[in-house]
Amino acid sequence: MTAARFPVEAGHIMTFARAIGDFNPVYFDAELASESEVGGIIAPPTFVQASAQFDADYPLRPRPGVPWFGSGATPTGRVRDPEPTTTDGPNGIQNGGTVLHAEQHYEYHRPIRAGEVLTLTVRSGETWEKQGRRGGLLHFQETIVEYRGEDGELAVTARGVGVRTEQTVSDQP
Amino acid sequence: MTLDASAISVGAVHSAVVVTNLTRTQIVQYAGASGDYNPLHTDEVFATQVAGYPSVFAHGMLTMGMTGKMLTDYVGDGRLTHFGGRFTSQVWPGDTLTATATVTAIRAGSGVPEVDFDVVTVNQGDIAVFRGSATARLN
Repeated sequence: MTAARFPVEAGHIMTFARAIGDFNPVYFDAELASESEVGGIIAPPTFVQASAQFDADYPLRPRPGVPWFGSGATPTGRVRDPEPTTTDGPNGIQNGGTVLHAEQHYEYHRPIRAGEVLTLTVRSGETWEKQGRRGGLLHFQETIVEYRGEDGELAVTARGVGVRTEQTVSDQP
Repeated sequence: MTLDASAISVGAVHSAVVVTNLTRTQIVQYAGASGDYNPLHTDEVFATQVAGYPSVFAHGMLTMGMTGKMLTDYVGDGRLTHFGGRFTSQVWPGDTLTATATVTAIRAGSGVPEVDFDVVTVNQGDIAVFRGSATARLN
């Protein structure tokens, strides 16, 4: 599942912008931003990905009562499934074991602003398969997420493609 | 400042180094901000011993986010109408990434000029890690 409701908070925009190395004051300085062309703090172009924070069941965050698959006393906290986990993540990317993000596309209908609450609707797109370069079948799944403002109008449309691989993918020798 | 469409032409190129010597800590920062704590990106023990990778590697969306900084620094804040692409190679700790936008079309949009860009981000070995496109509404 994906979060249905995504409150866009100024502090969240600031920490997200820092994480991508973007120190543009329009992402953290309310005073400067209010005097700029956009008139206030806005979110960077890929910020909507962080709606995962508001998804109570997001599988790529440790949750109470669910063994985490990262390391602790042992290299993994749970026996890996023979079939990798394929739970829908934010922007519909299928996440889990060996599911990687293959593509991401955004259409911006207007800027996202600090203080607003976005509503998400998610639908599955196409699925397809392809033979990997290093052998093994690649399974692709497309998902479309629509982010709407409080007026019900579209703010951002996100189209993500996840790829599930049957073996470790690495281009490093 | 918003880019002025009259100041550019098809074929114009803008490049920026968006990260130098990517640190594991920045990847962890991105995990915390985005909410994607997949241990492939943040847990060296899991990534190497369980998943079989040479080390942790960056979220594709971190690369796209850094590429987006090049774009918004170039075209101005709140100007993008489209940004998308494919993750073509993994990004590892220690990588230095350069993002480049090339003007492919300048169109008379609805009242304002719309500019299309080809977007590519390469690592220090000139391997493309992200390939895509963007469109901005300019002045």
